[in-house]
Amino acid sequence: MSKFVVNRRTLIKSGAVAGVGLAMPTILTRPSFAYTNEPTGSSVTLGFNVPQTGPYADEGNDELLAQQLAVEHLNGEGDGGCLNTFTSKALKGNGILGKKVTFVTGDTQTKSDAARASAKSMIEKDGAIMINGGSSSGVAIAVQGMCQDAGVIFMAGLTHSNDTTGKDKKANGFRHFFNGYMSGAALAPVLEGVYGKERRAYHLTADYTWGWTQQESIAAATEAIGWETVKNVLTPLASTDFSSYISPVLNSGADVLVLNHYGGNMINSLTNAIQFGLLDKQVNGKDFAIVVPLYSELMAAGAGENIKGVYGSMNWNWQLPDDGTKSFVKSFGEKYGKPPSNSAQTCYAQTLLYADACERAGTFNPCGVGEALEGFEFDGLGNGPTLYRAADHQCFKDVLVVKGAENPTTAYDTLEIVEVTPRAQVEYAPDHPMFAGGNLGKCNPGA
Amino acid sequence: MLKLGKNDLGVFGFVVAITLLAPFLMNPFPEGSALAQFNAGYPDLMQRFVIFGIFAIGFNILFGLTGYLSFGHAAFLGVGSYAAVWMFKLLTMNIIPAIILAVLISGLFALVIGYVSLRRSGIYFSILTLAFAQMSFSLAYSVLTPITNGETGLQITLNDPRVLDTVNTTGNLPVTGLFGLEMRDTATLEIAGWAFQFNVGFYVSALIMLAAFYLSIRVFRSPFGLMLRAIKTNQNRLNYTGLNSRPYTLAAFVISGMYAGLAGGLMASMDPLAGAERMQWTASGEVVLMTILGGAGTLLGPILGAGFIKYFENIFSKINDNVLHGWFNFMPDFMENVMVTIIHPFVGKGWHLTLGLLFMIIVIFLPGGLVDGGTRLWKRLLTRKQDNSSSVVATTPAK
Repeated sequence: MSKFVVNRRTLIKSGAVAGVGLAMPTILTRPSFAYTNEPTGSSVTLGFNVPQTGPYADEGNDELLAQQLAVEHLNGEGDGGCLNTFTSKALKGNGILGKKVTFVTGDTQTKSDAARASAKSMIEKDGAIMINGGSSSGVAIAVQGMCQDAGVIFMAGLTHSNDTTGKDKKANGFRHFFNGYMSGAALAPVLEGVYGKERRAYHLTADYTWGWTQQESIAAATEAIGWETVKNVLTPLASTDFSSYISPVLNSGADVLVLNHYGGNMINSLTNAIQFGLLDKQVNGKDFAIVVPLYSELMAAGAGENIKGVYGSMNWNWQLPDDGTKSFVKSFGEKYGKPPSNSAQTCYAQTLLYADACERAGTFNPCGVGEALEGFEFDGLGNGPTLYRAADHQCFKDVLVVKGAENPTTAYDTLEIVEVTPRAQVEYAPDHPMFAGGNLGKCNPGA
Repeated sequence: MLKLGKNDLGVFGFVVAITLLAPFLMNPFPEGSALAQFNAGYPDLMQRFVIFGIFAIGFNILFGLTGYLSFGHAAFLGVGSYAAVWMFKLLTMNIIPAIILAVLISGLFALVIGYVSLRRSGIYFSILTLAFAQMSFSLAYSVLTPITNGETGLQITLNDPRVLDTVNTTGNLPVTGLFGLEMRDTATLEIAGWAFQFNVGFYVSALIMLAAFYLSIRVFRSPFGLMLRAIKTNQNRLNYTGLNSRPYTLAAFVISGMYAGLAGGLMASMDPLAGAERMQWTASGEVVLMTILGGAGTLLGPILGAGFIKYFENIFSKINDNVLHGWFNFMPDFMENVMVTIIHPFVGKGWHLTLGLLFMIIVIFLPGGLVDGGTRLWKRLLTRKQDNSSSVVATTPAK
């Protein structure tokens, strides 16, 4: 057996080798840029990081279509879409700041790790100056933190957790989508009107940041109108069969079931609930009801018949009558042959908002872009008058209350708009307890 | 000075060379050229290459030497990551305490799991480890959320205590470092269109990987390693000689768990985030694939396998239709669309498919993995050279 002996000679030798290795990086020069990935050529690269595989893949692929459409419109191709209706006229259809817009795509796999790796490769390898996308709050929060460290702007896609602009908010991160609190504030009055003041609610909640904060928001909002929260049961995100969670509902004395589930989870839990015949039951002398606080078109399509008459909320819907919506739906429909989902719309709007902020700031520097977005008021992107609040980088706009259509005529009008809740009703203070504990920090331009 | 045999010294030298020169080797195509898509020389991916290299080297000590197939190795990687991130939150952003704690905790964890699982061998052992890993995953995902932050993953925040560090007044999150050397610091060398990136984090990980690799060579060549091989060859016979083999397997299990913890700690050091999905069974399966793909039981195999899989995951998954159209736009439109349609299912979100096909091809035609392919190629080259020089070499008789 050999022994590992360290004497003076070997120590000096290995020390020298290690020293040279360590000194390597410092010998080289470091190019001086004002900020990370400052575009120097004739084009600028955006990074579109969406789930292309995994449970939220449908949403992700729809987002990708919308992002590509946004790039076309920015470069002056196609019919220009919302550039024609957008109240800010800084964008001319000649790219951003005269530079042609190109993009790279990546797959988040709906995993924080993979999403960060993919975003990092966009920043380090492809020189992306902005990351847009995401279809899960866990992923959005992870990527937002990474963008803050790297010094690029993160324009969040579909993320509905209060934490994204609450306790995990970051100076370089911006969210156009609405959140759990807003869903609660918009839904509660409608639910009161339909189901009355004396209801007992049972919550099934996806066990992660989005589920927790949405459940908290909905419970608070419904308790304010006199409802009682019987129980909240957390379900693992990976569950596919919810039968064992549904049967206890029947014996709990509850007469409303709130499903804080999204995507495939919601489709399965709702289907299970219908199979158990919950909607045909009478409890406490009232018809049993189901509420799905966060809806999407793709979920509605997946759940089919089962969503008839089930209430929920949305950020946007293609059936809205305003000009911004019309021109976006027209461009999207002509190109892809179907109406866009609300996750597609939020990514489209975010890409345009970013480009517009660069134009107005006259720079791609994240700090300049951030300043241009903070407190920005705009209209014409489909959501009505909207404010990007400076205190937490959250957009404030009208929220839609929708329900499953009783008599859908096509595969795309399975949801009908019940009420457009005005912005004033869903606003809250930046230091609201559900959003407290975070700190934007300072904008980080990297480099 | 290294106490290595001639062959091992060659292998070690080869690994040292390719790791330290990785920024050049991984970036063979100039920036802006169509083939730049295939460059892998950016810090994040190079870090992943070496970190997963460590993970696979450790796994190979268990699987390659003893033949015990652990299907839950990702649990140790995850535990290491959590331990490291907690050190960043509580103690300091210096990576040394984080890595030390990561290795210790995962070692302890491996001791407990190994003590139970190693009572069985073969498929039962694999299932036991798989069960433990899935259990850890579920715990991290939904039960121990105060410690792991569930699905969102554990991250550092501005409000963490970090008792050893000076008070942070910049308003930005602190970055991981080694006595003032920031892990994310990158220097770029631009030579005629090429841009080579030298990243501090990569070189730190690379040096640790080389140390880990050296250690694994020493384990392979030690009497302890010989004992592990004996276990793989015929454990029953070994037991009949009156020798208790379990302490040896347990030691191998703990060592390889500590390697995984080291990889997890390093991962957290490069990017201070720990997510539960690192412990999922797919992650455990990945390291098995890496080892088999590269060549189980060989020194070099696991490193090659790790690089191969990470390359596909990060490079092929990013080729989208736009890029494909770019490649084929010299063809007439019709041909271009046909080519894009043919290749489309194999890139982008279809990277799993390509990897699966390659894995099948390698396992069927090169049972010894990439290393096997390399040695076959080398032998063929050697024999051709001998034919050419037509020198009479005494052929070794068939054994």
